[in-house]
Amino acid sequence: MRPAAAVVLATAVLGATATAGEIPLADRKSGYEFMARDTRAMQDDDTANPGMLWVLDGEALWKRTEGSAGKSCVDCHGDARVSMKGVAARYPAFNAARGRPVDLEERINICRTQQQQSTPLPFESKELLALAAYVGQQSRGMPIEIADDERTKPFLQAGHELFTQRQGQLNLSCAQCHDDNWGQKLAGAAIPQGHPTGYPLYRLEWQTLGSLQRRLRNCLFGMRAISYPLGAPEYVDLELYLMWRARGMPVETPAVRP
Amino acid sequence: MARALINAPAQAKRGEIIEIKTLISHNMETGFRPDNTGKPVPRDIITDFICKYNGQEIFRAELFPAIAANPFLTFFTVATESGTLSFEWTGDNGFTATESVNITVE
Repeated sequence: MRPAAAVVLATAVLGATATAGEIPLADRKSGYEFMARDTRAMQDDDTANPGMLWVLDGEALWKRTEGSAGKSCVDCHGDARVSMKGVAARYPAFNAARGRPVDLEERINICRTQQQQSTPLPFESKELLALAAYVGQQSRGMPIEIADDERTKPFLQAGHELFTQRQGQLNLSCAQCHDDNWGQKLAGAAIPQGHPTGYPLYRLEWQTLGSLQRRLRNCLFGMRAISYPLGAPEYVDLELYLMWRARGMPVETPAVRP
Repeated sequence: MARALINAPAQAKRGEIIEIKTLISHNMETGFRPDNTGKPVPRDIITDFICKYNGQEIFRAELFPAIAANPFLTFFTVATESGTLSFEWTGDNGFTATESVNITVE
């Protein structure tokens, strides 16, 4: 190949893979909008949405006395419908004791170990998901509001770097699918923008409720990248960035996704 | 005790066709999946569902391993008289769950 032709080809390839960059705020869409009508109907009807089974479990757990302190969530927080309103929309949030942001599941476990003097619930356990779903549901319809201040800035930055970093055997970054190619198809499925508006959510593929961390593992697996252990700080940074990226969008917990 | 969600109208006109939706939490383990050690996980599914309207059976379903977790069943009936709709699920390992709702027919 002549050098001139090589340059033209290289430019063409670069042009095709150039990043579209961040999605303008007005163009953001929840994963809900990429779903089929039947799946939307399932999410919209609380008696058809299987996520509500976990919410009901969470409501029972909220009232149950746990640990050697002999306290239930109610003893400190009262009625979750009042005290937990809007809380999930602000998570992950900075935790001063940890010196870094924690997500909702981790926050529940901090309460369990410190206030209730009990053992932390394992990640993806039915009980932890139920509590997170119950707390999350109290923020349904409220706009996501992530603190963007001096304390969270370095972690937001770290999350953004993870989002745009190519990784895995496929050498893909999150941004290449969810910023640059959303709305296209990956095999038969639509590529959503990747806004975590409804977690923990019921995924039909999983046939169960799952956390955002489980979903992130799923993506990393698809990219043939090494996934982090559940609860890893990398996930929390990424969760923080994704929630910030979805700022202002309404919480849908417990959502349904295909 | 498994959790169940029932969506049936509390009130209906006589002769009206009403839709009843039922959702129950259950893993519906097929019996075909291996666990981490390669051994198959034993089957654990709901096998039968019965709906009775004032004691009379109006709908029955047999469930099989290919049915997804947390089975969601909807069906229709004619509102004939005020009374109780009762629902019963039974399955492997002695699984049983019951639920009932009242309906007023005018």
